[in-house]
Amino acid sequence: MAEPIRIHTPFTAEDSKKLHIGDSVLITGEIYAARDAAHKKMTEALAAGEKLPIDWHDKMVYYLGPTPAKPGDPIGSCGPTTSGRMDAYTPTMLDQGIKGMIGKGSRTQAVVDSMKKNGVTYFAAVGGAAAYIAKSVKKYEVIAYPELGPEALAKLTVEDFPAIVVIDCEGNNLYDINQKKYRTLKGY
Amino acid sequence: MRELDAKTITENVAEMCKEAAYYLPEDVVAALKKGRETEKSPAGQAVLDQILKNAEIAKTEDRPYCQDTGMVIVFLEVGQDLHITGGDLNDAVNAGIAKGYVDGYLRKSVVGEPLFNRVNTKDNTPGVIYTKIVPGDQLKITIEPKGAGSENKGGVRMLVPADGVEGVKKAVMDIVLHASMNPCPPTVLGIGIGGNMDRACVMSKIALTRAVGSHNPDPRYAKLEDELLELVNQTGIGPQLGGTTTCLGVNIEWGPTHIAMLPVAVTICCHAMRHKTRTL
Repeated sequence: MAEPIRIHTPFTAEDSKKLHIGDSVLITGEIYAARDAAHKKMTEALAAGEKLPIDWHDKMVYYLGPTPAKPGDPIGSCGPTTSGRMDAYTPTMLDQGIKGMIGKGSRTQAVVDSMKKNGVTYFAAVGGAAAYIAKSVKKYEVIAYPELGPEALAKLTVEDFPAIVVIDCEGNNLYDINQKKYRTLKGY
Repeated sequence: MRELDAKTITENVAEMCKEAAYYLPEDVVAALKKGRETEKSPAGQAVLDQILKNAEIAKTEDRPYCQDTGMVIVFLEVGQDLHITGGDLNDAVNAGIAKGYVDGYLRKSVVGEPLFNRVNTKDNTPGVIYTKIVPGDQLKITIEPKGAGSENKGGVRMLVPADGVEGVKKAVMDIVLHASMNPCPPTVLGIGIGGNMDRACVMSKIALTRAVGSHNPDPRYAKLEDELLELVNQTGIGPQLGGTTTCLGVNIEWGPTHIAMLPVAVTICCHAMRHKTRTL
């Protein structure tokens, strides 16, 4: 694996364009945790013509619901959740100005099309590496929907958060390429 | 008649929930290390390194290795000569889950109603409790806290007898290929063959309480476990980013079925394969 690329927030379309599938990155700055319930609430708010709790322009979303922090820690364990569950909401959210998504797993073609249109990069963090990933999180602040508990919308201050580009803003897909490369299965 | 205080059950379940969340079973760690040695993809190797480092941090610092600390499946084997005193058995188990998840800083991931108003119960209860009455005067408790990322990708297929062994393999591979990298591979597969639709699913969960690398005592099913493991590791799915270590183990449980049926249930478990057993 090549040396990781250090990237910082705010994360713009220009920054996004520089990244390609397979790039290992270390993210420093602020990223925003939101998952199923927060996405539902945000897209419902948009449909009702209401303002969202934050301006998503040039921000990164992290599909996450952490464990509670132990006393003295900024956050509990905090690995990525399955991104695909957010796909129904994602094109609407990307139109709000998000330029980076962090999660794990496959995305629909509608999401990839919206990524290309909006210049968005999709990063994967390692699923299940939640205690390791927590070491890169310095601060966790709930921004909205505290009643959702682990599903609240929250701001994470991160330093060298490890991720890898799995779908770039041109729609290239690392999962597809690597799976084909290592596939020896015949007949199924 | 032997007596067992409900409070003892609660205390034990609470401890088991915490231990299951913090300490990745040694058989899983050993299988991950073996996978790291043989993994061909550099990206896959990096993922396995991170997963192993993560397990070490979790174990040393008493932290959940995955943030999805799961919904708790509980298998109770209650001796018919045992008298539980001081409270209801199911309440005692759920109180243990609540205590373990609150005191252990584990994530509360359960909503009380699934469709219309998904409100978090805030203590990770209720668990999914299966109770079996057995001879003797002891209580055997097995917990299997199961995360949703992998649980969402399982499936059941109602095959017919003519489908045979090849039909079973096709059904399993269809589920695995459809799940792809989403259930956080390397995975462990729990497979239930036979019974009826629900029994096959329960057997697929029981299969995951067995160690990785163990085999079904029936050599025909043991052989099928090995064949399926080899096939799954040929898919290229690998450790999330593509590669050769897609699955660490395949555990099959089987049971009697109807003359017209051949149900196959596949529970996919991520590498966070939590299970704990205690006998009280």
